[in-house]
Amino acid sequence: MTTGPEPTDNLAALLRAGTGALTRRWIELAAAPLRGRLTVAELERELTELFRALVAAVESGSRDLQSEPYAEVRALLSDMSRHRARSGFTPTETAVGVFTLKQALFELVDRAEIEGDLREVLAFSLLLDALGLLTFETYAKAREEVIDEQAEQLLELTTPVVKVWEGVLAVPLVGTLDSARTQVVMEKLLESLVGSGAEHAIIDITGVLAVDTQVAQHLLKTVMAARLMGAECTISGIRPHIAQTIVGLGIEFGDITTKATLADALRHALTRSGVTISSGRG
Amino acid sequence: MTPPAAREEIPITADEDVVRVRQAVRSYAQKAKLSLVDQTKLVTATSELARNTLTYGGGGTAVVEFLTEGRRSGVRASFQDDGPGIPDVDLALTDGWTSGRGMGLGLSGARRLVDEFTLDTGAGQGTTVTVVKWSR
Repeated sequence: MTTGPEPTDNLAALLRAGTGALTRRWIELAAAPLRGRLTVAELERELTELFRALVAAVESGSRDLQSEPYAEVRALLSDMSRHRARSGFTPTETAVGVFTLKQALFELVDRAEIEGDLREVLAFSLLLDALGLLTFETYAKAREEVIDEQAEQLLELTTPVVKVWEGVLAVPLVGTLDSARTQVVMEKLLESLVGSGAEHAIIDITGVLAVDTQVAQHLLKTVMAARLMGAECTISGIRPHIAQTIVGLGIEFGDITTKATLADALRHALTRSGVTISSGRG
Repeated sequence: MTPPAAREEIPITADEDVVRVRQAVRSYAQKAKLSLVDQTKLVTATSELARNTLTYGGGGTAVVEFLTEGRRSGVRASFQDDGPGIPDVDLALTDGWTSGRGMGLGLSGARRLVDEFTLDTGAGQGTTVTVVKWSR
């Protein structure tokens, strides 16, 4: 990533002299693969600023991207890559923003529009490779952040506590229950119990693919906690194959009421709270 | 989705890997035409064993294989770790006994959920558990 502390090339002078032609060609090349998803004006602002910072850094004499003079270049490039990652650009579309500058320089040197020989071209090429890597790294990191955020949102999203009747709450569980999710479910349910003053809670596991001992243990703990708060908890949505598996595993739900469907559990809760339901004939 | 290969190896080093094992076993079980009950039993058993590998074995490897024997097909899953091993197998297979904080039903429960169960372990030797479930 570095080419020694004492550069023997005229890269800085070359870049400064060719600023106009280089940025114009760079913007042109970089705009092509973006297919209008970013306006030329936006791109122009970004790239001109990046170029200015880059020239300033090169002028310092250092070629080490991690060194102090490159701080601004790093910051600008990271911002740019992060923004691209969040806006759904592909890694190629993101990296192309850097690599097209190389192409622009090669073209201009080739056509002898700016002065430069192998030494400058090589030094610049190495520098841009390092910048390209930084782009990738930032891009990947930004994407990971997006994934983490989504996982967290999903966690919130998949555990709603709904009121199904006066004094009756239901928590429909979907997917895989792990420790983190159970913790969220338990907290939400207990908070809702306090907030609503409900005396019945139904945990519906129709959407849970498999109940193993860990899931069962989590469920039992949630029910126990709800009980400590004075609420009666029913587990519903136990499908035939889950029931057989639970028996096979040897899990005992003890005196916890379990029902096959959410409707059964609701009827049970209503009966317990003294509500009578009659079919509406006559 | 592409059809599952005949054999798959999955490293178990984190909680997410337990989920990956479960998903792999489920797709193999569907390929082997196991009934929904048997699929669920096998998936649950492997979920227990994968978690044991992670929690007690300190991580290891799961191998899921598709089997055929005459007209029936099946799935074999084995879990191997280089952890401390199980010094007393009979005790470990007792319902409700646990050396950790679980319910003590994982190993013994898994054995009841599958057709074949082999446990190869000893103190300081690591543990390998292999289970097979056949279609009916």
